[in-house]
Amino acid sequence: MRWGRRAAGGADDAVATGAGIELRGVRHAFGERVVLDGVTLTLTEHRVGVIGGNGSGKSTLARLLNGLVVPTSGTVRVDGLDTRTQVRAVRRRVGFVFQDPDAQIVHPTVAEDLAFGPHNQGLDDAEVAHRVEEMLDRYGLAGHRDHPAHLLSGGQKQLLAIAGVLAMRPQRIVFDEPTTLLDLANTRRVARVIDELEQDVVVVTHHLDLLDGFDRVLVVEDGQVVADGAPAETVPWYVARMG
Amino acid sequence: MLSLYVPGDSVVHRVRAGLKLAVLAALGVGLFLGDSPVLMTGALLLTLVVGVAVAHLPWLALAVQVRPVWLWLALLFGFHLLATDLRTGTVAVLRLLALLVAAAVVTATTRVTAMVAVIEWLASPLRMVGVRPDRIGLVLAMTLRFIPLVADKAARIREAQAARGGSRVRLGMAVPLLIEVLRMATTVGEALDARGADDVPVRRGGRRARLAA
Repeated sequence: MRWGRRAAGGADDAVATGAGIELRGVRHAFGERVVLDGVTLTLTEHRVGVIGGNGSGKSTLARLLNGLVVPTSGTVRVDGLDTRTQVRAVRRRVGFVFQDPDAQIVHPTVAEDLAFGPHNQGLDDAEVAHRVEEMLDRYGLAGHRDHPAHLLSGGQKQLLAIAGVLAMRPQRIVFDEPTTLLDLANTRRVARVIDELEQDVVVVTHHLDLLDGFDRVLVVEDGQVVADGAPAETVPWYVARMG
Repeated sequence: MLSLYVPGDSVVHRVRAGLKLAVLAALGVGLFLGDSPVLMTGALLLTLVVGVAVAHLPWLALAVQVRPVWLWLALLFGFHLLATDLRTGTVAVLRLLALLVAAAVVTATTRVTAMVAVIEWLASPLRMVGVRPDRIGLVLAMTLRFIPLVADKAARIREAQAARGGSRVRLGMAVPLLIEVLRMATTVGEALDARGADDVPVRRGGRRARLAA
């Protein structure tokens, strides 16, 4: 485990290109307010967790990973693709699940929303229909195929949001506090879903239980990664730091 | 329209949305050209048979859509009794009822996406002036999706104001609701980006219609 505020550069510089997500000297500011500063990382692990207090910069860090936010300075590359100049290719590789599924579900009914992403990828009718059915079955939503999305429970909405991203078959998925609005049962359900994913995942969360079995956990504080290592080390360190 | 679709596999469900809407429009024109009570009664019975016997829709699904206008139909009938005669009043009410039931049948047997796809198709000539019909369709679908969500947010704000002893003045909720909606719009914009809305192929509308039909 490494801790303490890290300047740009360091051990991660050894990997210049290739598979994985690389952040080099990333700084991001909203106007005068600097939310991330001097972040340099290479993420190649299957499951990476990101924890930190409110306003620490972890959600901005998550948004950098698929180009929803472009760094004010520095670079973010996904498998060598620059999020600043190749954002569409990046987004095809990196799916994003938001905290509030209501903001992510854009079509009135379940099946229609599942079809939205694959349609945008230009897939043919048969393939879109296949992916929709696959997701409906996989996440127990088949009985809700034509139901209005706003009538689903909170847990079902989050599953729909995740399924909507998975229908696009990204290679990586970033989750931004996916369980914050859920009860315990649905939190565990979403945790199981994340656990079973073949894709590499980056999960921003306040629910530390969610990080059981993760390969790596980053602790973000005041816009910097202040600890980075195995969850067995970083999570207790973070809990102690929070008092 | 938000939740009025009744899933099914009847012939009426399988007919293309564009054809159903065209028949509905033709029925509307035809009913206003005629003025026979027998014709109007026949049209009403026909739409009921199509809805209940052919499309297998529950009576309730049709009644729900007619219920809000009962009062207006009664007022219309009363007006005609006073201003014209019984026959004219009967024809006017039966004509509107037949149209309402027909529209209810179309709504209950057609997915929103299929309706939107028809609108996209109708808007396709606008491509010549740089308008993207798929964007019009997406906006319509999102409007239908977010109406209940905004209503929920409004209800929550009302509850919060009431819990803190707020007045019953509805204007007081306008500003917090606007802020909530704008905040949500930012995230929805990000979600559209993340889900590849910028990559929408030009001929997307047609494919979506087939999926939804």
